[in-house]
Amino acid sequence: MSTLLLIEQVLNGLQFGVMLFLMAAGLTLIFGVMGLINLAHGSLYMVGAFAAAAVAGATGSFLLALIASLAAAAAAGAIIELVVIRRLYDRDHLDQVLATFALILIFSEGTRWIFGSFPLFLDIPAALAGPVTLPGGIQYPAYRLLIIGIGLVIALGLFQLIARTRIGIQIRAGESDREMIAALGVDISRLYTIVFALGAALAGLAGALVGALQSVQVGMGEPVLILAFVVIVIGGIGSIKGALVGALLVGMTDTLGKVLLPGLFGAFMEPAAATAVGSSLASMAIYILMAAVLLFRPTGLYGSA
Amino acid sequence: MQLKSLILAAGLAAVASAGLADGHGGKVKVGMITTLSGGGAGLGIDVRDGFMLAAKLAGNENLEVVIEDDQRKPEIAVQLADKMIQSEKVDIMTGIIWSNLAMAVVPAATAQGKFYISPNAGPSQLAGKGCHPLYFNVAWQNDNLHEAAGAYANDAGYSNSFILAPNYPAGQDALTGYKRTYGGELAGEIYTKLGQTDYAAEIAQIRASGADSVFFFLPGGMGISFLKQYAGSGVDIPVVGPAFSFDQGILQAVGEAALGVKNTSQWNKDLDVPANATFVEAFQAEYGRLPSLYASQGYDAANLILSAMAKADVKDADAFRAALAAAEFDSVRGDFKFGTNQHPVQDYYVREVIKEGDVFTNKIIGASLEDHVDAYAAECSY
Repeated sequence: MSTLLLIEQVLNGLQFGVMLFLMAAGLTLIFGVMGLINLAHGSLYMVGAFAAAAVAGATGSFLLALIASLAAAAAAGAIIELVVIRRLYDRDHLDQVLATFALILIFSEGTRWIFGSFPLFLDIPAALAGPVTLPGGIQYPAYRLLIIGIGLVIALGLFQLIARTRIGIQIRAGESDREMIAALGVDISRLYTIVFALGAALAGLAGALVGALQSVQVGMGEPVLILAFVVIVIGGIGSIKGALVGALLVGMTDTLGKVLLPGLFGAFMEPAAATAVGSSLASMAIYILMAAVLLFRPTGLYGSA
Repeated sequence: MQLKSLILAAGLAAVASAGLADGHGGKVKVGMITTLSGGGAGLGIDVRDGFMLAAKLAGNENLEVVIEDDQRKPEIAVQLADKMIQSEKVDIMTGIIWSNLAMAVVPAATAQGKFYISPNAGPSQLAGKGCHPLYFNVAWQNDNLHEAAGAYANDAGYSNSFILAPNYPAGQDALTGYKRTYGGELAGEIYTKLGQTDYAAEIAQIRASGADSVFFFLPGGMGISFLKQYAGSGVDIPVVGPAFSFDQGILQAVGEAALGVKNTSQWNKDLDVPANATFVEAFQAEYGRLPSLYASQGYDAANLILSAMAKADVKDADAFRAALAAAEFDSVRGDFKFGTNQHPVQDYYVREVIKEGDVFTNKIIGASLEDHVDAYAAECSY
């Protein structure tokens, strides 16, 4: 494999990882601050994609579509937090899983009811269609570069938010001792709603960004949700830094695994068998990575015991 | 005493159910299990709508249809099949879209003496050694559209194809089918993850492979993702695929990225057959959208059943089976006949994706395979 191809694949891994980060950041924040397992996070991703597709279809503007995805997912997140999730904080994880699983079904069928059963159309803006030539002669799709850029900017923004702002202080305080900050006069239920809506908005943005590359359809969130859980388990539950490192690790492992493994097996096996074995092993690679991380660090890379 | 009354009750129940069965007369009850919710719902809805359109146009009051949603889950399909066979007492079953669901339901249903008419899934197991006298497939055997794509690649002069499909039985059948008819070299062969939505890594490999053509089988959302990303990557190697990724329900979501792509199918809406013109017009009038491949298959399935009902009583299994095998109905595909394994022997066409006004659709540009018999027919004996 040529170096150029390898660099292109590393970029692909980076882009995939950054996208996973947008999903995982919300999930890990919600778990870290509120101790809630939110299976419906994938549904918020879907809500963002559908909102973007609907707005892009009506106005033709991709920027408006992105804003709509943020707004719709944040609104949906705030509503389910106020109506359903709020009742779950004191319950055990099994109840939370059950209730948020019910939310997945409600969101999926509700979306199908409103938008129909056929996939929607959401295209990347014309200005970003097609490839750009990077130094070294690599042809790389402009839109994917944009996703990498947006993802890194948001990661930086989140770190600033958590480290430097008042709300960030409250979030960190909420993670370590929620009774104490309530006693200190912080409106804890308002903080929870804000954190939940923030996580939802990030998921919705990821849905809209990726929806333009993929198909906007009912059930699109669940496969990503599984990967996002793998990411936060690897990174350590509750840690934004862990989510970023975990997401990049998973993105790279998955992309490079499926590119390199079949070739590796091809060195000593017949081509057809090598393809089959290599691609099967590549699908398992991220789970093997997760198992290996847990073996050495049971709380994840940046998790606190 | 209690035992006696129990036996009496059981006896009465047996008499009652026997009476019910006799009272059926010329009526035929069809149990349709198909996917009406979740990700793959578009396909099941099209099969159902096509089927019900044919039933409505025929106006035959003896045809009763029970419809259930399998949610694309094998275990639910099996439960529904048990319910339909045991409590609904259907005579014929149909509707399943996915091969893994068909494998879970069809062998059990035919073993219990129910007819099964497949409007879509055509796994190789049921076409070859596992064929059954009560199983008919009105669509195709899974490999067929891929074989047609391979034949087209030869005709188009391609000699170095890059091929990819998801790593699951139908994906492996697809690449096997393509290689069965395609005569050139392979620039690369990739199995992707089932349900994968990002193909950047594969597209980079295609770009680097030096291929002169790309064949892919990625049904549903996977195909939409692949085509959009392929168009955005700047790779301009021509793409060939089976009709599944270029279907009416999907094309609008792919948009411009699909324009000009060649794909193979046993049907298209512009096929010049009177029955097809009727179908396309009636479908649009009834549902307000263009019919898809799946709708055409559902429509043909219903017409096949109706044609057999006109000739035989479903209670006389041998006569009804012979009536089905004769396939004397006006298919939207024109000539239609079953081979020895009760799968279609039919023509396959090459289609091109075009834009009609605002709507993306297909037009036939040539023939691919004629009177094609599937590769497993020889292994089938009853």
